[in-house]
Amino acid sequence: MLYREALNMAIDEMMAKDENVVILGEDVGRYGGSYRVTEGLVAKYGEKRVIDTPIAELSIVGNAVGMAMGGLRPIAEIMTANFSLLAFDQIINHMAKLRYMSAGKITLAMVVRMPGGVSRQLAAQHSESYEQMLSAVPGLIVFAASDVNYAYHALKKAILMDDPVIFLEHELLYNKEGEVNFDEDLDPFKARVVKEGDGITIVSYLKMVDDVMEAVGEIEDGLKTSVEVIDLCSLNPIDFKTLSSSIKKTGRLVVVEEDHKTGGYGASIVSFASEELFYELDAPPLRIASKDVPIPYNRRLELEVIPTPRKIAKRVMEWGVENGL
Amino acid sequence: MNKLLAEEIYYYMVLGREFEYAAKEHYMKGNISGFLHLDIGQEALSVASMKAFDKGDVFTTYREHVMAIARGMDPKVVMAELFGKVTGVSRGKGGSMHLFDPSRFFYGGDAIVGGQIPNAVGCAYARRYQGKEDGVMVVFGDGATNGGAFFESLNIASAWKLPIIFLCENNRYAIGTEITRVSPFLEQSRKAKPYMPSFVIDGMDALEVYEAVSKAKEHVLNGHGPIFIEAMTCRYEGHSMSDAGDYRSPQEMRICKEKDPVKRLEKTLLDRFSSQETLLESLRNRAVKAVEEAVEFAANSEEPDLSELYRDLFCKECGNVVS
Repeated sequence: MLYREALNMAIDEMMAKDENVVILGEDVGRYGGSYRVTEGLVAKYGEKRVIDTPIAELSIVGNAVGMAMGGLRPIAEIMTANFSLLAFDQIINHMAKLRYMSAGKITLAMVVRMPGGVSRQLAAQHSESYEQMLSAVPGLIVFAASDVNYAYHALKKAILMDDPVIFLEHELLYNKEGEVNFDEDLDPFKARVVKEGDGITIVSYLKMVDDVMEAVGEIEDGLKTSVEVIDLCSLNPIDFKTLSSSIKKTGRLVVVEEDHKTGGYGASIVSFASEELFYELDAPPLRIASKDVPIPYNRRLELEVIPTPRKIAKRVMEWGVENGL
Repeated sequence: MNKLLAEEIYYYMVLGREFEYAAKEHYMKGNISGFLHLDIGQEALSVASMKAFDKGDVFTTYREHVMAIARGMDPKVVMAELFGKVTGVSRGKGGSMHLFDPSRFFYGGDAIVGGQIPNAVGCAYARRYQGKEDGVMVVFGDGATNGGAFFESLNIASAWKLPIIFLCENNRYAIGTEITRVSPFLEQSRKAKPYMPSFVIDGMDALEVYEAVSKAKEHVLNGHGPIFIEAMTCRYEGHSMSDAGDYRSPQEMRICKEKDPVKRLEKTLLDRFSSQETLLESLRNRAVKAVEEAVEFAANSEEPDLSELYRDLFCKECGNVVS
């Protein structure tokens, strides 16, 4: 099954179960969704539940908040995370805060889905995902789906939750193949150990998990050690338990993210390790992130900005050697 | 409009005004902090609109104490919220600008200018979807009509023929900036004209507000889509307690106060409805007493415990995971 098909199936199942679940966004209906995630849903559930909106992100999220206040369980689709900036007032000031400001009188059972990240030569205004900003907002739950199984289960759980969830997808993952374990009762808040190892912990999320996995063989051969790869899955709250036990085991931490380095999401992970696990560490933590420039259009320049499997392997090996591995 | 209802509106207007004077007093005494936006001068609009639109969902701004009380919220829990006490309607975590009571279909209490309008539009969508007929009313000031949220909402409400009343309180000032300096015209309903029926009313006249909102409600309930009311009004105080409001001349304020909505309704009650002066006096006394009790309740209530800090951030099952 493809990643986008898993998302589609999750939405489809939840819509079939509960008529309060509606989906709204630009081109989600007749067009079938910009990345075909909502394909076929309008034929099944009609235009009252699969709602084509104008290109007005503030209203897509703002209306979803109002629908949730009125008792529906809306899923808002933002075409790309870059456009979510137009909705940030609604996401931060309304979606995240209404429950708290009303002392729990307002419940917002809603999900805002958005793909982001560097795809291929989409240039500066179509290549970001803002996980650092979205995860810094108390009141929001932020999930990041890097694989097919998690995408399916976590989206279903997100739709079932009585809290507002930001569901991050990645544009290059939509056609990724994978299996769904339908019998699993997945905890979407729990980080996923993608590969076990005891020499280095590499923490990542979204598409970078795949890039890390591609680099792992070279790193293990080069440094003669084994690597544990952790997919964070839930960016807020963070599963510190899984992180701690891995870092305690390996004593070495690398964080790989597509985010820009300054103020980037990975800083929170390194900060946690430095504050809480300083004496468990055998080496200074390493962050591999995008360079601090807007994403350029030219392919050569674009690849220079973001982490790639080759660059990840090279940097981790240099760091390993510097630190006595 | 019958006599009994007019008298009820009068009572809530006096109650609202007394409440706001008490809030002002306790702000100056230091019992209330932060931003406090008083509704004095606009009571006809706040009370009569709520009484006319008595069943549907209401979304409004941070200048909402009087509306909340007119909607049936106890002045005690409203005042306690202003005092930041745990007995407040939002347990002291919302404050003056964030009063909510979904059991009375009152959805705040929003302090982002124009931010509540898209929420109201979404709720109107939900109500039609659920087959509930009462519709939604969204209240906002003239200042909100210059922002994108407002225009997006007019467009969507109109495109989807949603059951929603847009009620614009035009008091002519966006904090200290007179509307005609930042908008090409004084009457903001002109912006709604291409999208929906719209009309201008005298927001200082409680009976006119009541009739207009009743008419608008009928329009919405009959499935005719959105409608826009612009009520011209006047706030006597500054934008908030931190604004003296001295950008308006004494002459302008004098003209304003000549239209005082409370006195005006009082005169109508005596002249047109033959209300008894003794009854009106007892209503005034009742209002004063209710406010005294509200202040006493707020003053004697407890501060929120520090354990309140993480409460209500997430629903229970998620909250457990998060903490």
